[in-house]
Amino acid sequence: MTDTPLLSIRDLYIEGRAGEAWLPIIKGVDLTLHRGEVLGLIGESGAGKSTLGLAAMGYARDGCRISGGEIIFDGIDLRRASERAKRKLRGQRIAYVAQSAAASFNPAHKLIDQYAEAPLFHDVMTRAQAQSDAVKLYDKMRLPNPAEIGFRYPHQVSGGQLQRAMTAMAMACRPDLIIFDEPTTALDVTTQIEVLAAIRDIVRQFDTSAIYITHDLAVVAQMADRIKILLRGEQVEEADTRTMLAAPREAYTKSLWAVRSFARAQQPAATQAPIVSVQGVTAAYGKTTVLHDISFDIHAGRTVAVVGESGSGKSTTARVITGLLPPAAGEVLLDGKALPPDYRARSRAQLRQCQMIYQMADTALNPKLPLREIIGRPAEMYLGLKGRALRDRVRALLDMIELEPDAYIDRLPGELSGGQKQRIGIARALAADPRLIICDEVTSALDQIVQEGILRLLDKLQGEFRLAYMFITHDLATVRAIADDVVVMQHGAIVEQGTKAQMFAPPHAPYTELLLSSVPEMDPDWLSNLLAARQSPN
Amino acid sequence: MSLPVFLILFLISSFALAFVFRAGLSRALPHNQAIIARDMPLTAAFGIMVIAVYLFVAIFAPLLAPFAEREVVGSQFQPWGGAHPLGTDRLGRDMLSRLIYGARNTVGIAFATTALAFVVGAFLGIWAALRGGWLDQVLSRFVDALMAIPSLIFSLLLLTIFGTSVLTLILVIAAVDATRVYRISRSVAQGIVVMDYIEAARLRGEGTWYLIRHEILPNALAPLVAEFGLRFCFVFLTISSLSFLGLGIKPPMADWGSMVRDNATLITFGDITPLLPAGAIALLTVAVNFVVDWQLHRASGLKE
Repeated sequence: MTDTPLLSIRDLYIEGRAGEAWLPIIKGVDLTLHRGEVLGLIGESGAGKSTLGLAAMGYARDGCRISGGEIIFDGIDLRRASERAKRKLRGQRIAYVAQSAAASFNPAHKLIDQYAEAPLFHDVMTRAQAQSDAVKLYDKMRLPNPAEIGFRYPHQVSGGQLQRAMTAMAMACRPDLIIFDEPTTALDVTTQIEVLAAIRDIVRQFDTSAIYITHDLAVVAQMADRIKILLRGEQVEEADTRTMLAAPREAYTKSLWAVRSFARAQQPAATQAPIVSVQGVTAAYGKTTVLHDISFDIHAGRTVAVVGESGSGKSTTARVITGLLPPAAGEVLLDGKALPPDYRARSRAQLRQCQMIYQMADTALNPKLPLREIIGRPAEMYLGLKGRALRDRVRALLDMIELEPDAYIDRLPGELSGGQKQRIGIARALAADPRLIICDEVTSALDQIVQEGILRLLDKLQGEFRLAYMFITHDLATVRAIADDVVVMQHGAIVEQGTKAQMFAPPHAPYTELLLSSVPEMDPDWLSNLLAARQSPN
Repeated sequence: MSLPVFLILFLISSFALAFVFRAGLSRALPHNQAIIARDMPLTAAFGIMVIAVYLFVAIFAPLLAPFAEREVVGSQFQPWGGAHPLGTDRLGRDMLSRLIYGARNTVGIAFATTALAFVVGAFLGIWAALRGGWLDQVLSRFVDALMAIPSLIFSLLLLTIFGTSVLTLILVIAAVDATRVYRISRSVAQGIVVMDYIEAARLRGEGTWYLIRHEILPNALAPLVAEFGLRFCFVFLTISSLSFLGLGIKPPMADWGSMVRDNATLITFGDITPLLPAGAIALLTVAVNFVVDWQLHRASGLKE
């Protein structure tokens, strides 16, 4: 490590346009990155992580401007450099890996042609050289069949493979600096591991510096040498990874660390008959069978977590229970009596029993209706409340989800933050006075601190109303926090089910074992240990 | 006064008026609407102002017009000035009064027609998107079949069959236009019915009417309002062309389209009187489109 840093940002200010005014996004951040070093940038959404990452390339998004400070990359002042000089740097000496590889690749060109684009543009390789180099890097990224995978189109490879191909592409010109912007956030835990390991190896092998942007602490603990924490455009603290994990100084950092400590009290074993019982359900979309003989029970006051990677049939199970997808075989029992398979044939009383909370609160709330109506409607429909009684009920519900009734009752969903929208989703479900609430990935689109708030709220409400939850998630940390019973699904079938204690104690089914071991831990050596353990034949 | 100078003066004064109008509007309205009024572009303010003036004239026509609509009050083709500020027409009726009554007839009929087309077309379109399946197929194929017939010929055919009263005129043009509205509202609604909040409402057991009225319509309103403005202008042109063919608004009634045709001979004498009704149509068309553009812009801005 030399004394002159590769990248040094001093007192950087970035502003974004809001109507006619400019609002500060980054407020005087310093950043120093030495050669071969990986810096982790952590913060909630809106903290300015991505903006800072892009600024390291001397770039500001449309509607943003760099208004103060200096950005020096290897002796070049990026704020004063001409656009042409910056274009020479980008792709060749500084590269960027975006969150969604699927959206960042051009779907009309083969992977290897897109790989060759930057080397050809910068005149560092011929096409043939670039292609043979691509195969080498694909191999290093542990992509299957490296000699041929480059000749596929982006839609012909999986999400995890695409993310690795993108990292390989970023390495094409052997840049000095790579910026990773949440490269694994959109991936399943099992896929995430492979991508993380590949990224870490390749960065070490070529001694590349990297800025690794994420909101997942456990991930950054594996990747970074140093961690910098941002909050609303300002630095909270910065330290090397082990120090930061062992002894965070600031209160905000500690609160980030504490999120995963939430765990609800162990519930006594279920004694009564289940509210909802799914029995031998097989379901299909057209001719493709997506659920095979699913059976499990949901009891009052308990949470059943349904776990699995995307495409494992978790959400489809919810659709069968709610009646959106009538099953091909099997039935759903409510209090021991079979429910009509199609929701249109169910009575209001039956519909009321089972409510749903959605993953994307943005699309789950009608953007043109005020909260008063969104929350009030189920109460009006099912409980026949009107006028003053209805308004009181809505206010009580807003109180329950910890939003100030007077301030929120007349707002539109667009005037709320992501976490508040999700709370409104919860209030709408509660308004029907249900016995079962299906939560479909309700926390996966939220930041960790906000997630924790939602989980605590759900737990509190469950205690108050003896609600049953069916909690669909791919995040095992969430399962550990709130589940009583766990159902593990893979390829549309149940792999294993039992109480939480049974699931988290060995012996596990092989797939459960894989899922459990793939959840990143805060220990910086976790990834190395895991990879070593998986490679050694036992 | 030469024409360029007149045009420049007209533009400047209309923008000045629009500015004053916008300032007044943002003062007079309650807080929420006042913000919208303050942020609207001058073109939109101008459009709203012109539409307001037209509405005023149309509603208070009998009070504003110096003479009756159909009364012959002087000799033919009198020049501007005196008791008849804009002269008289081919039969000696007062031009200004007929222009004012024309606002009532032409704008009124066009508005009624467009409104009817929208109520029917939008309701059916959203309903088809919501229900899908055979209902959607039957309605859509029927509309496709109607749209395959050239609209002017189709309306001529219907008017010949049913006669040419004002009521049949409205119904026929509305029926033809409703097919276009059906298409656009169906495609807008198709994008909305797949949202989670519609699924949530369906699972709640909501009826079709509630879904259309409360969940879909508010979200489909912006593109529909924009389409409304455009359709409104098209209906004008349709009525004018039908009047020209003798199947539109019947002669003694004042109608801007037929007023242009009736007095067209004056052009040969260098008199611009026949252009006044044409100008009235043009000004309203421009004004409506200014407002529509603004609505479209707002709608796209809110989507983000």
